[in-house]
Parts: sequence; C-alpha cells; structure tokens
Amino acid sequence: MTATDLPVTAGRKLPFVQAVPEAIAQCMRDDADVFLAGEDVAVYGSVFGTTRGLLDEFGPSRVLDTPISEIAIIGLATGAAAVGLRPVVDLMFMDFIGCAMDQLMNQLAKMKYMFGGKARLPVTVMTAAGAGTNLAAQHSQSLEAMVCHIPGLKVVMPSNAYDAKGLLTASIRDDDPVIFIVNKFLLGATSDVPVEPYEVPLGLAAVVRPGTDVTVVAHGRMVGEALAAAEALASDGISLEVVDPRTLQPFDLPTVLASVAKTHRALVVQESVRYAGIGAEYAAQIAEEGFDELDAPVARLGAPFSPVPFSPVLEQAYVPDAARIAAEARVLMGT
Amino acid sequence: MPPSELAPTPAQLVDMHRRMARIRHFEEEAGKLVEGGKIPGALHLYVGEEAVAAGVMVHLDVDDQITSTHRGHGHVIAKGGDFKLMYAELFGKATGYCRGKGGSMHISDLDLGILGANGIVAGSVPIAVGAAFANRYRDTDRVTVCFFGDGASNEGAFHEAANMAALYQLPVVFVCENNLYGEFTSQPRHQRVTDIADRAVGYGMPGVIADGMDASAVFGAAGECIARARAGGGPSLLECKTYRFYDHVGVTGMRIPYRDEAEVDEWKGRDPIAALELRLVEEDVLTADAVAAVHQSVVAEIADAIAFAEASPDPDISSLTEDVYSNPIEPGGVR
Ligand SMILES: Cc1ncc(C[n+]2csc(CCOP(=O)(O)OP(=O)(O)O)c2C)c(N)n1
Ligand SMILES: [Mg+2]
Repeated sequence: MTATDLPVTAGRKLPFVQAVPEAIAQCMRDDADVFLAGEDVAVYGSVFGTTRGLLDEFGPSRVLDTPISEIAIIGLATGAAAVGLRPVVDLMFMDFIGCAMDQLMNQLAKMKYMFGGKARLPVTVMTAAGAGTNLAAQHSQSLEAMVCHIPGLKVVMPSNAYDAKGLLTASIRDDDPVIFIVNKFLLGATSDVPVEPYEVPLGLAAVVRPGTDVTVVAHGRMVGEALAAAEALASDGISLEVVDPRTLQPFDLPTVLASVAKTHRALVVQESVRYAGIGAEYAAQIAEEGFDELDAPVARLGAPFSPVPFSPVLEQAYVPDAARIAAEARVLMGT
Repeated sequence: MPPSELAPTPAQLVDMHRRMARIRHFEEEAGKLVEGGKIPGALHLYVGEEAVAAGVMVHLDVDDQITSTHRGHGHVIAKGGDFKLMYAELFGKATGYCRGKGGSMHISDLDLGILGANGIVAGSVPIAVGAAFANRYRDTDRVTVCFFGDGASNEGAFHEAANMAALYQLPVVFVCENNLYGEFTSQPRHQRVTDIADRAVGYGMPGVIADGMDASAVFGAAGECIARARAGGGPSLLECKTYRFYDHVGVTGMRIPYRDEAEVDEWKGRDPIAALELRLVEEDVLTADAVAAVHQSVVAEIADAIAFAEASPDPDISSLTEDVYSNPIEPGGVR
C-alpha cells in the first residue's frame, strides 16, 4: 500500500501546526479517556502552537498545564494509562527527553512486558525535534534513534500536515506508547488535510515520489529535501524514488524493498547524527534482505558527529540538504 | 530567617549600580538586535532582575563559581563577562565566548568561574553541587552560587541536588530568581507554595527571602548565605522575588497575552536601577551627573563591543567537528 491508497483529501489546506491540535481534538471528542498534559499546552497552546484552542474546547480538567517536571509528566501518563486512561503528553523540545528518561525507558516502555503482558499503555508522547532554528545544542536534537532502540515504544515522525493528522490520530488510538516526533521546521508547511478524522496506519511507509534509479529513504524534514533533490536531478536524467517510512519503529521494510527491487540503489537520509543513527538500522535491513537486488552498497547521509552548533553558518553545514542528497545520489549512480 | 542586617558600603552600592547598568544596557541593545533580526536564535532577557545578579556577585571573587540559566546574560555580566566576547557569541561569530557554537543559552567563561548558561531548566543545579564539592575536596574557601528560576524549582534535578548539597554540607548557595512565571505559567499555576524558600526546611538548610528589586536587600541576604558557605556552614536557599520586564523570549515575544499589563507596569514602577539611583543621589553617594556618566560609559563600551562582534568573522566550517572531545582518538592508530 502506498500514499495513494489512503483516504482522499477533502481539498482543504491546513498547516502542520494546526493539523496536530485538530487530531487531538477529534480524538478527545471521540473518547472521554483522552486528556492532554504538558508545559504551557493549555493557556498558551504550546510554545510551538501545536495545542492551540484545546483548552477552550475541553477545559482545564482535560487540558492541563503542568509544572516544569518532565519526569512527572511521563509518569502521569504512564500511571494514568495503566489504570485505563488514554493520555497525550507533550515534552516540548525533544532534547528534554533526557530529563524524563527513566519514566520513558524503564517504566512506560517496559511495563507491559515486565508484567507478563497484563498492562495496556495507550500513551502518546509528543515532542519536537530538528535543527536549523539557531537554538543550539540543547534545543535542536533529533533523537529518534534513541527511542527507536527501546523495545516497547513505537515511534512516528511525519513529514507533512496530512500525515501529521493521520499518524497522530492513529498514535492516540493505538494501545501502545507512541513517541510522536514533530520537526519544528515543518510546522508551517501546508498540505491537503481532510476535515474528518482519519488514520494514517502506523508501520506503513509512503512512496512520496516514484522514480527508477535510486531509492531515497528519508523521514521528517529530510523528505522535503529529498524531493527537492529529486527535482534537481530529474533534468539530468537521474530519477529518485523517495520513500518516507513515516513510522520509524516499526520500520516498513517491505515497501522499501519493493522500491529497491526497482531501483537497485538505496540512499538513507537522516537529519540526525549519522553515527549509530536510525539510518544505520535501515541500511543494514536493506542490505540483509535486499542484497541480491543491490547494484551498489547502501549509502547513508546524516549530520556529522558533533552536537548541533549555534552559529548559522555552522548549523547550515551541519544539517543535510537537497544539494548533499543529490551529490550522494550522483555518487551512487557513478556520475 | 530574619532579614539580613548586612548593609553595603557606599563603594559597594556604586559597584552594584555599575554592574546593574551594564546588564541593563547590554540587554536593551541585545533585545533590539534580536527583534531586528540581526541576532539569530532566542534571547531570554534579564531586564528587571538586575539587582539579583549584582547583589549576589559583589560577594564573589573570580575564583568563586556560578552556574546560570537560559536567562544568563545578567549573571555573566555581573561576574565580569566581557561584552565583546558576549556579543560576538550572540552573533554566532568565531570570536565569541564559545567560538559561535553556543549562543545566548550557553555563554560561559571558565576562567571567570562561569560554568555556563544552560538551556535545560534546572540542568545546572546538580552541576553547582559538583563544583561546590570540588571546592571543599581541595580545601579551598571557594563558593559556588547556583542561579535558577521559580519554574526550575519544580524539576527533580533541583530536589536531588539540594538534598545532596545539604547532606554533604557543601559550600553552595541556591539563588532562586522567583520572577513569578515559568515561561507563560504563573507561579500559583505551577506550585502551591508561595515562598520557594519554604522548601529549604525539607532539605535541612536555611531558607531566606529577599526583595529581588532591591540591590541592598539582595546584598545583605546573599552576603550572609555566601559567608556561611565559605566558612563551612553548608548550603542555603535564597529566594529573590523579582520580575522580568520583557517577554519570556525576546522583548515582545509572540504577543500572546498571559500576564496583566497592570501587573507588568506595577513591577516596572519598581525598577531596581531607578530605585538604587534615587538612593545613591539622596544619600550623596553619587551626583546625578556621576550616575549619568556611568550610563554613558557603558553605552559607549557596548557600541564598541557590538561593532567588534559585527566585524568578527564567522566560524570556519572546519571547526564544526572540533571540540567534541579533549582527546579525540584516531581509531586503530595506537596499538
Ligand atoms: C528541562 C526543560 N524543560 C523545559 C524547558 C523549556 N523552558 C525554557 S525556560 C522555561 C521556563 C523556566 O522558568 P523559570 O525557571 O522560572 O525561569 P525564568 O524563565 O522565569 O527565568 C521553560 C519551561 C527547558 N528549557 N528545559
Ligand atoms: Mg521564572
């Protein structure tokens, strides 16, 4: 299944930043067990604007401003979920996940398994990743690999407003903990977003641009960069197929392998640090399962092995972009 | 604890005034630069809170340490930070305090005992305890002062660090800058206590409250806490009631209302610099002309510093991956 099999849009344009609260609102209308908590998510509507309007509709018993207490925020969700609620909590910048790590990694992720399957933990943790906004080392990280490494967590990272609404709806309705990662850079990006509730199924990649020469696997902000690279290379007769996993854990390998069977070359792109990044996992899976199809080793592109720098010139050099994706694709093509 | 009897000498009043004027002008100009789009990223301005930094820092020498917060410029300036290096850092230039890698939220000067501004709320509190531990371990009489906000007092890191400092009777002073808001959430909406100093009882250390708009009051209270720490009497928690005149980020922020204009005006009416100047003149410590001369010299120094920063080069791209390690290892190099 590809993106074209998903519900047809109603032709309404909506920015990413509004698609998020729309998904939450629809889930909250639908299910009285859904509540939202986080720092400045109620009165202020989140520093990113991703929860704006929800307090007005649902009131302070269902939309809660919390103290600056990340441990307690994830614990609140975990405990409430264990006894039957369906929490949505917001961790603001993904960098702050460090403060909450025990509750996330040792409690929320493991409770079901440790209890012999008895717990059901339908928690959605929203958080914002991404560099490029001049916020330096502690407000710019993309830590998706860290959470993907923890069994018990599902991880999604939409690249556009349509997927954001559908994936968030699916995440909230899912009975397991889902880390829903927004890229700050994409918040203003607009796409067709149906008014009615819909799900983009978890674990389903999308072929966002068909092509024949190189499969580019990219998520989050890198999808747009990959599309721009595809556009740039098209005039040179190089055809990129861009595949957006959308859900990072679990990874939709079959969709990617079907693409590689066509192109015989794969480039895995991530915004985050390349070393031990999620792209390493994808590249390994593609190599293991698609070895016979490959005409070249799987290539990887990611950030250098350093924290995110503040200086705009350094930060620009840090984040992979369309030009570098195109250059890597050319190397793969041997041109 | 009863209010302190410790009072500043005329020379100390003048010293505090100069430090406060330096902070004020630095911040006003930085605010203009960021609102004008000349400085990248986010600035958390300290305007309104100057009496706290000044009243504490006059008691410290260069060998004493401080840890700071995201709202750190005032602390750095009061501890002796260099305007040129500070502005250059805000501009992300190679000549900045952090070679352009840190920006506003990470300005540091280890030679001046400034262990860094910090982008993680309460992230610096445990670090202050570590520095205090080292001071005592080496049998020095150095003191560490840890600045943090009312919002930060709700983080687990603060509680763990405060308890440990009290347990080991370490030479650290926890200075809570209670400006009544954590981001956009007012204190009564993020904690039940009104006086954060009350929490000191729970850790087994003295808790003191000072009027953070009055440099002399801060001077007295901080002086006692710092002297106690220096003499081996252990940590204290000093709460300074203060107010930030501008938005959480920048000057006007996102213009989303979350506090009363009347409240802002009332606090602006208690401007700590104006109040101190009134006193300096009334008590014949300085003439009005001498006060004006302080401002003039600071303004001139700032103009120079900004010119220096603007004329400074951007960091070289090659510096991107430098300074990740003190001892970078060449894999397989030495056997
Ligand atoms: C661990 C963590 N959580 C949340 C934030 C986002 N944040 C930045 S400043 C701030 C408010 C801090 O309030 P307070 O400690 O009172 O300091 P103030 O800004 O008032 O000086 C918040 C929530 C952060 N930087 N780090
Ligand atoms: Mg505060």
